[in-house]
Amino acid sequence: MADIAFLLLIFFLVTTTIETDAGLDRMLPPIEPPDTDVVIKQKNIFLVNVNKYGQILADEQPVELADLRTSVIAFLDNGGLSKSEATQDNPFCDYCQGLRDASSSDNPEKAIVSLKSDRETKYGVYIAVQNEIVGAYNDLRNREAQRLYRRNFTEMEDLYNNPETPSEIREELKEKVKRIQDLYPQKFSEAETAIK
Amino acid sequence: MLLFFFMTVTVMKDSSLKIENTLPNANEIKKLDKKDRVIYVYAGKPTREYQKAFGTETKVQLNDKFADAKEVGAYILAERAKKAQELQNVLTTSLKVDKNANMGIIQDIKMELRKVNSLKINYTTYNGDAFRNLE
Repeated sequence: MADIAFLLLIFFLVTTTIETDAGLDRMLPPIEPPDTDVVIKQKNIFLVNVNKYGQILADEQPVELADLRTSVIAFLDNGGLSKSEATQDNPFCDYCQGLRDASSSDNPEKAIVSLKSDRETKYGVYIAVQNEIVGAYNDLRNREAQRLYRRNFTEMEDLYNNPETPSEIREELKEKVKRIQDLYPQKFSEAETAIK
Repeated sequence: MLLFFFMTVTVMKDSSLKIENTLPNANEIKKLDKKDRVIYVYAGKPTREYQKAFGTETKVQLNDKFADAKEVGAYILAERAKKAQELQNVLTTSLKVDKNANMGIIQDIKMELRKVNSLKINYTTYNGDAFRNLE
């Protein structure tokens, strides 16, 4: 009896796979174009283009994958708008630590990263590029979360998204997560085709 | 005790993969916690035993059938209708795509998803160093 139970135990042990999937979350743009045309300044767009050989063109400069994160961070964290030019809808970025170059993005709220790929680009390369861009946002958000709450944003977000976290902790985290997200909103678009 | 534990948690897979499906690596990832809110779409090259019948071009797999990127929309609508009413607006589509696939098929799938207004997607990956994808 005992050895049969033991055999069964081994069988179920081997067949069980407890797997949780993980990956990069994205929102697709809705298919109907918005009613109002939004004018976006050229300097507020950071265009990342991946061609079919896996070469990366970021803001008209060829870059290596390893350097992509730094250039995205430099773009997002630039805060080029000066205090005198700032308005209600286009505020001055007082927490940015970038170069404040007037020819790059105004503030993180306006900064848009646009990723384009060729039909023949390898999926693996595309994911690596996406990973670096998401990583750039996470690095900046972690920095601000460390400054404000002395902990990492990614850790707070994981805890908030985990259904096992007690609701009172989640309530408390919700506000903090939202605040950090608003400091560096993820404005990251994936368009269909690459520019030749 | 242990026996009963494993007996209850074991789930038999309902679909076997007919395609190569080595996911790419990434490390800035988020977990897909709530399984009941996820619809899976697989894509990759058919494995060797199916190559004779289906060729070596990247194919989409929905449940256990090969499909075209164009059929994804209808599949999503059918799967969405099966879910509970309150979950229908919060579904995520998990794209499990082989890392050697071309972006073309993914662009087609994304277009289909946009047509059926299923905008939340998750590029499902392994947890690992993204630079290894380049090899």
